[in-house]
This record gives sequence, structure tokens and C-alpha cells, in this order.
Amino acid sequence: MLTRKIEILVGLFLLSGLAAFLILVFNVANVEVKTGDSSYTLHAKFSNIGGLKVRSPVKVGGVVVGRVSAIRLDPERLEPIVTLSMDKQYKYFPDTSSLSILTSGLLGEQFLGLSPGFMDDDVEMLVDGDSIDDTHSALVLEELIGQFLYSVGSKG
Amino acid sequence: MGLINQIAKLGRGAIDLVVGLGQAGMMLWGAIAHRPRFRKGTPLLIRQLYVIGVQSMVIILVSGLFIGMVLALQGYNILVGFGTEESLGPMVALSLLRELGPVVSALLFAGRAGSALTAELGLMKSTEQLSSLEMMAIDPLRQIIAPRFWAGVISLPLLALMFTAIGIYGGHIVGVEWKGIDSGAFWSILQSSVEWRQDIVNCIIKSSLFAVVVTWIALYRGYHVVPNPEGISRATTQTVVQSSLAVLTLDFLLTAMMFGS
Repeated sequence: MLTRKIEILVGLFLLSGLAAFLILVFNVANVEVKTGDSSYTLHAKFSNIGGLKVRSPVKVGGVVVGRVSAIRLDPERLEPIVTLSMDKQYKYFPDTSSLSILTSGLLGEQFLGLSPGFMDDDVEMLVDGDSIDDTHSALVLEELIGQFLYSVGSKG
Repeated sequence: MGLINQIAKLGRGAIDLVVGLGQAGMMLWGAIAHRPRFRKGTPLLIRQLYVIGVQSMVIILVSGLFIGMVLALQGYNILVGFGTEESLGPMVALSLLRELGPVVSALLFAGRAGSALTAELGLMKSTEQLSSLEMMAIDPLRQIIAPRFWAGVISLPLLALMFTAIGIYGGHIVGVEWKGIDSGAFWSILQSSVEWRQDIVNCIIKSSLFAVVVTWIALYRGYHVVPNPEGISRATTQTVVQSSLAVLTLDFLLTAMMFGS
């Protein structure tokens, strides 16, 4: 009555339905970050991260060298701490490098711009687990407009 | 006399409608209001899952892929004018999850599986196979209708999920591989804007209700067919037309309830 082929195909059908569900739940609705062997992590503290999100790119001169892997708040100083997952391929950044939060276009997504610092004999390279101290926070448009209006108002 | 005839016609239409609704309700009640018989019912259900679900998979997957791709291409052309082409991800994913996934897969399902169900049942009815089952003391509602109904109700939500998943992948192909949107930006904005309860659960609720409606209409039209070739062709057409209209109307009501306020 029932051939084996039909049973197998129905089983595959149900499994692919389940697979689609799992893809939607874990890949589309939730964030899944894998820190594989091919990456190293850096930490950076900002005073304001603006619209930076997990998985936002880290760029050096426009080239993507890593991604934001976690964003959390320092419980004591109440400042955001951003964890970067950097590609091992790019591991020659001196620890005088600086990070700034930039925006692609006027309304676009925010990303981290890494500017490599100077290199010297007594300057060490960034390795796994290091933190970058020189950071520039996101520009918040409302604050800029507020400052502008304030300076215009104080002149006149 | 002409006016009286018109009023009589209206009344006849209303009575027919109520009788039809009652018959459809009785049919469904007779089919599913029983204690489940797993040992006897499961093979029948698997057989119907194959006919209704597995054989609809190809059309669902192919059209899902292309709808995702075309959505991404059109969306990209508009969004790039504002320099916000990174928002393509949520645009594709949300429109697929909230509307297109459940609705288009239900429409395709009505055309692919619903019409086949009606034609099959209609032919069974006109060749008096259903009456023969009753003669042998086998309840055709439990033997024929129930497995088809459950198979439809199980299949369509799964098909809608597959449609949505492959549609998002189609959007990724066009947006990231072809148009060169940054893959991280595409997925990160997409992931931050899709919510589990609001989007995915509502997608499943919608497609489950559509599954009940489409399968029910198809089974009713087939079971109460006028047993001749013309009747079968009418019933098949009615299945597709009525279930498409029902899906679109129901979709508006559900959307208003889920996302209206």
C-alpha cells in the first residue's frame, strides 16, 4: 500500500519544513555569532555607540577586517563595551590604533572605522583579548543640531 | 411578477448559502470529531502528505526563490535612491514573513493541491466510490476526508515556512551577491528587525488558518459535487476562485488584528 519511497519523501518533506523553521528562528530572527578559530577578539569602550549593531563591520580604509561580535554595558561605569571579532588575516595593528564609529552615507548603517596608529620599536601589536583605548564615539545628529543652535543663539 | 421573482431569487441564494455552510460544517465535523486511530490513520495520512505536501514543494520552492529575488531587485532600485540599500534585508524578510509567505503559498496551494483534491473527490463521488464505501460500512468522511484535511493543515504552514526561508535566500542572492550590499549589514539589520513573536509566530498562525480554509473549501466542493463532468469542472474552478478570495479577505482581517494597532 505504502511504498518505502513515499515514506522517505514525506519524512524529507517534514524535515525540510522543520529546517525552514529553524533557519527562520535562528538565522533570521535571532543573532547567532560564531567565533571560530580564524578570528581574534578585541575590546573597546565608547561613551556612545549610536546605532552600532552586532555584526556591524569593522573597516580599515573601507576594507572589512572584522565584525562586532557583542555589545554590552559596563556595570560599573555604565559605558558600552564593544567586542570585535577580527579576522586573523589582519593581525598587524599597533596598540596605538584608534576606533571611531562612522556612518555610511547620511542615513546609512553605522560601522567601526579602525585607523592604524604609528609603529615604533616600543609599540606593541594588538593581540587576542586586548582593548583599544583611543575611541571616538558616534556622532548623534540631535546633539550636533543642539550644539549648533546653541552656538548660533549665543552669538546673536 | 418580475419583482416577486427577483425577491424569490435572492431568498433562494441566501438559503443555498446557509445550506452550503451547514453542509460544509457537518462534513468537517463528521470527518475530524472522532477519537484518533493512529494505527489505521497514519498510513492514510502519510499517503496524503505525499500527494498534498511533497508534490507541492517544487512549485513553492521555485516561486519562493523568484519572488524573493524580484522583491530584492525592485526594493534595491528604490532604496538605492535614498542611499539606504542596507535596509533591503528587513524589507525582503518582513514582507515575506508577514504577507507574501503565507498568502502566496496559500494561493499556490489552492491552485496546486486544492484543485486536485476537488477533482479527485468529485470523480470519486460521480463514480459512486463514496457510496460503495458506505455500503461496506466504511465511513467515507473518516477514511477519505479526514486524512486529506489533516494533510493539508500540516503541509501548508510547512510550505509557507519553506517559501519564506528560500525567499529570503533569494533576496540575499540579489542584494549581496549581485548588487554588492555588505553581507554583515544585510543580515544584522535583518536580524535586528525581525521578531520571533511578532513576525514568525504570526506567519505560522496565518498560514495555519489559510490551510484550514483552503483545504476545507476544496474538500467541500469535491464532496458535494454535481456528479457529472460539467459539475466537476465547475467545482474545481469554484475551489480555486473561492479559496483565493477567502485567503485574501482573511489575510486583511488577520493583518488588521495582528499589525493594525
